[in-house]
Amino acid sequence: MAVKTQKAQQAPPVSPELQREMYWYMLLSRRLDERTWMLHRQGKIAFHISAIGHEAAQVGAAFAFNRGVDYAYPYYRDLAMCLVIGMTPLDFMLGVYGKEGEPSSGARQMPSHWSNKKLNIVSQSASVATQVPHAAGSAFAIKYRQKVGLQDPNDPTQPRLAIVCLGEGSTSQGEWHEGMNWAGVHQLPFICIVQNNHYAISVPFDQQSAVPNVADRAAAYGVKGVVVDGNDVLAMYHVTREAVERAYNGEGPTLIEAKTYRPVPHSSDDDDRSYRSREEVEEWKRKDPILRFQKVLTEAGLLTQADIDEMEARAKRIVDEAQKRAEETPYPPGHAALGDVYAPLES
Amino acid sequence: MVAVKNLPVREALRKALMEEMERDERVFVMGQEVGQWQGTHRVTQGFLDKFGEKRVRDTPISEMAIAGAAVGAAMAGLRPVAEIMTINFAFLAFDALINHAAKIHYMFNGQFRVPLVVRAASGWGNQATATHSHTPEPIFAHFTGLYVGCPSNAADAYGMLKASIRDENPVLFTESIALYPKPGPVPDDVDYLVPIGKGDIKREGKHVTLVAYARGVEWCLTAAKELAKEGIECEVVDVRWLRPLDTALVFESFKKTNRAVIVEESLPLYSFGSEIAAQLQEHCFDYMDAPIKRVSALDVPVPYSHDLELMCFPNAEKVIAAVKEIV
Ligand SMILES: Cc1ncc(C[n+]2csc(CCOP(=O)(O)OP(=O)(O)O)c2C)c(N)n1
Ligand SMILES: [Mg+2]
Repeated sequence: MAVKTQKAQQAPPVSPELQREMYWYMLLSRRLDERTWMLHRQGKIAFHISAIGHEAAQVGAAFAFNRGVDYAYPYYRDLAMCLVIGMTPLDFMLGVYGKEGEPSSGARQMPSHWSNKKLNIVSQSASVATQVPHAAGSAFAIKYRQKVGLQDPNDPTQPRLAIVCLGEGSTSQGEWHEGMNWAGVHQLPFICIVQNNHYAISVPFDQQSAVPNVADRAAAYGVKGVVVDGNDVLAMYHVTREAVERAYNGEGPTLIEAKTYRPVPHSSDDDDRSYRSREEVEEWKRKDPILRFQKVLTEAGLLTQADIDEMEARAKRIVDEAQKRAEETPYPPGHAALGDVYAPLES
Repeated sequence: MVAVKNLPVREALRKALMEEMERDERVFVMGQEVGQWQGTHRVTQGFLDKFGEKRVRDTPISEMAIAGAAVGAAMAGLRPVAEIMTINFAFLAFDALINHAAKIHYMFNGQFRVPLVVRAASGWGNQATATHSHTPEPIFAHFTGLYVGCPSNAADAYGMLKASIRDENPVLFTESIALYPKPGPVPDDVDYLVPIGKGDIKREGKHVTLVAYARGVEWCLTAAKELAKEGIECEVVDVRWLRPLDTALVFESFKKTNRAVIVEESLPLYSFGSEIAAQLQEHCFDYMDAPIKRVSALDVPVPYSHDLELMCFPNAEKVIAAVKEIV
């Protein structure tokens, strides 16, 4: 079960419409993200944790599964993935402002702690990697339901896999190991995407792991491991597609390690200058996934300057509108802190 | 007379830890972000440069391994001071702390000692929400075999951390995030120790006893100042350690004032407040002139929105209101 690095060329073609849609979501996520950093710098919001640099990994993966139906456990950096799954820029803005009606939590949780029952985005804790056993449990439930006849394995209106994301540093956590092992033992319809941006806050990957790839560990769990260039949206789409087919066909779990980079600080709470050189950051900025995909699309004649201008203008309009509406929305009333600790009886 | 220095709690802790590392080569620090990053809360600022990687270890993100390895290192003769970034993540290390650190000495008939300190920042207040905003000190104090220290000011932070590092037993040492920047006088004495289990009267008074620890002490002192203007004299008892618990000091104060308000930052059920109230009625029943009041956090997970978060926790006004109900 050796790790393989997928080459995009071997893969079937992706329609021009889908490629342009991927580009659009990457761009929208980026602009929304940049605005949120600005709002934080203006003191309007308390916290932001960014997807910048990770857009290709997230968007490529998100287009590969049955979005809104399959169980998704995105982690705090997954803004772009959540937009593709169906959360809106307004949903996100309500979250960072902590305003009434915020869909993930009713403004109870921190921003970027996604949860949306309608989209089968499953809630997560702030403790890293703890979502991995949960995702294994959801995948277990799928297999169980299919086995006992509660669910037709080929019914695309039902969840047929669980996909979970986390950072490479978080794979040091026991919960990751235990979740992976569970998925392997039961050969579950499970996909773990590790977005390896080389740092966990300040700690570089070689201090988390003695082996160079997270995916190298997959074999030990009986899970297929794949390393992919996470800044290449099409490569990401193809490897995830393959993992999705495996899951749908009962062929077991896959671990996808997407190598990428976070060119911004870990979160709005820190300054990354103390642990990495500006040269390193600049070098990665030149490998920016959006610029890279823009070049691919432009050269293939799938995107014109006019298209880009139109998308930029549209993204700005959407982000402006989301910000405005979030600002106009009231904060939740006091009693909103109190209810729902326990679920009511089913009626 | 020992000279004093005015230091914020963060600096007092840093000084204590640094001096203990200078004093004893067996003492080393480990945790997430303690080295290169200089500590999430800057308590280990400058340590990597001063002591090198050998004694200042950045660890993988694995709380269970941090606590578990600390147990093993302690049994092998070292004095680990492990930092858990925030106490929320100590839940992932619960087994190592509770089943191992706290019990090994007893279970194996005193053969192995576990002289370790786990430092963890505790608290709320940055809109960090439910899984990030905990003050669960009493949960840890529930288990015998572990000491639990929760300083309320800079001098205590200094002397308590030193005492913890020098002790032969495992100590969970919590540091209130909100208190890190608070300055206070600290004795300029490398051997200044606050004995484990010794509480402190932070303000004398005769009408009502306010019992608290860590950040609760601050609310009590503010409340006491306000109430003094109305002629109500509060005695503020800072227990400092949740285990061992200085009940003698609490009883002594209560026998003088005959009234008590207990202030806690954590949830009300099975809590510090419940414990003190139970012990007071059991041991000081004849001295009781009014119901014992508790000021606790609201019994909900902590919400995000700033005002809602504030609403969930005690403050000086809530302490004042509770005092007025019984005086
Ligand atoms: C159990 C736990 N320990 C510590 C933290 C604090 N923390 C939050 S994010 C983070 C780094 C995670 O790094 P990585 O997994 O590489 O993901 P990245 O943020 O780089 O995408 C840490 C240590 C946490 N949230 N949960
Ligand atoms: Mg990382």
